[in-house]
Amino acid sequence: MDMLQVENVAKNFTMHLRGGLVLPIIAKVSFAVAAGECVVLGGPSGVGKSSILKMVYGNYGVDAGKIMLIHNGQMADLASADPRQILQMRATTIAYVSQFLRTVPRVSAIDVVAEPLVTGGTEKAKAQDRARQLLARLNLPERLWSLPPATFSGGEQQRVNIARGFITDHKILLLDEPTASLDAKNRAVVVALIAAKKAQGTALLGIFHDEEVRQQVADRIIDVTRFAPDLAA
Amino acid sequence: MRDGQWRDLYDLSEAERRLLMRTDWGFVHQNPADGLRMSVSAGANVGERLMAVGGRHYGQIRATATDWLGRVEISADRIDDQPRSFSGGMRQRLQIARNLVTGPRLVFMDEPTGGLDVSVQARLLDLLRGLVGELGLSAIVVTHDLAVARLLSHRMVVMKDGRVIESGLTDRVLDDPREPYTQLLVSSILQV
Repeated sequence: MDMLQVENVAKNFTMHLRGGLVLPIIAKVSFAVAAGECVVLGGPSGVGKSSILKMVYGNYGVDAGKIMLIHNGQMADLASADPRQILQMRATTIAYVSQFLRTVPRVSAIDVVAEPLVTGGTEKAKAQDRARQLLARLNLPERLWSLPPATFSGGEQQRVNIARGFITDHKILLLDEPTASLDAKNRAVVVALIAAKKAQGTALLGIFHDEEVRQQVADRIIDVTRFAPDLAA
Repeated sequence: MRDGQWRDLYDLSEAERRLLMRTDWGFVHQNPADGLRMSVSAGANVGERLMAVGGRHYGQIRATATDWLGRVEISADRIDDQPRSFSGGMRQRLQIARNLVTGPRLVFMDEPTGGLDVSVQARLLDLLRGLVGELGLSAIVVTHDLAVARLLSHRMVVMKDGRVIESGLTDRVLDDPREPYTQLLVSSILQV
């Protein structure tokens, strides 16, 4: 069953500070992701892979097309949803692991990871337990758990970020290069976590530049260059 | 209103509006001196709002005030000190305690972190995030600081010359701004 259907989506950036220059990014993006499937967006840098993920998360607006997903048992179009509906979708249906962690001063790694569960109504102590399990699984040293992640290394921050994205049981999980700054051991943990999500029936959509990881997790690779806007048109 | 009725604010009597300000609403001023009584004790500043809604038991008022000082990280032994002896950050935290003690449902904040040292600002933001989440409050915040907006808010409204020019999810307005003025604002943020 498809959990996510992207239909004819297009995106341009209008740069008002550059005299209203219109930069077409992508056009006619159409694909679907089924439950338990991991779809990888492929293609060279700058082709619009991250933009697609950001549109599916509602972080970027879209100029045309639909982004259909099953939210609370019903089909809903994220592309035309209002901000509150998108916040609802993020709270219960769609999770996102960004490339970089946006840290909040004074909030500990445990609480950063537990936050999506707490927002979804889980008891704080329970959410923190789950956060500890995930951080342990990702080999983040226990002495760091109670510290705010701002001072962590890139790889440590990325693991906090991954734990934060994987902690919920959201049906759709978006991954923007989650393994980019990880060593081999932790890459293997992430591959295992992805396999576990697939077994649970989560639909995954991701970007992986690491060839080896991509081969291990991808059920299907979509070449994003085929969505390049036709400049002649 | 608490009874589920919609009322026009400007049809309310002054007495009704006054009650609203003391119960369901809070207002955190940019300058704490505008929102506090500077020459009565910290405890009395918090207690005044409780008395305004009918609190008469001194022991209970003091206990509640002590509890709230703790929640905004002001030590209990400062309860009898006047806010004029407090630092800017402490005054701002006291003002927040004074506003939240009656369990308002909507809080207005005018540049709540303006003029504070960044270390104090981080503490205040963390506190606000925690309290708003815990108490299930609605808040409207006015700020020039886009990092504060990103940290605190779900939705954002950009205004220019007295008009709303763009609104939406905070992260979308900041990451995919549409209007020329919003693009100028976002592109002017300094990277640390």
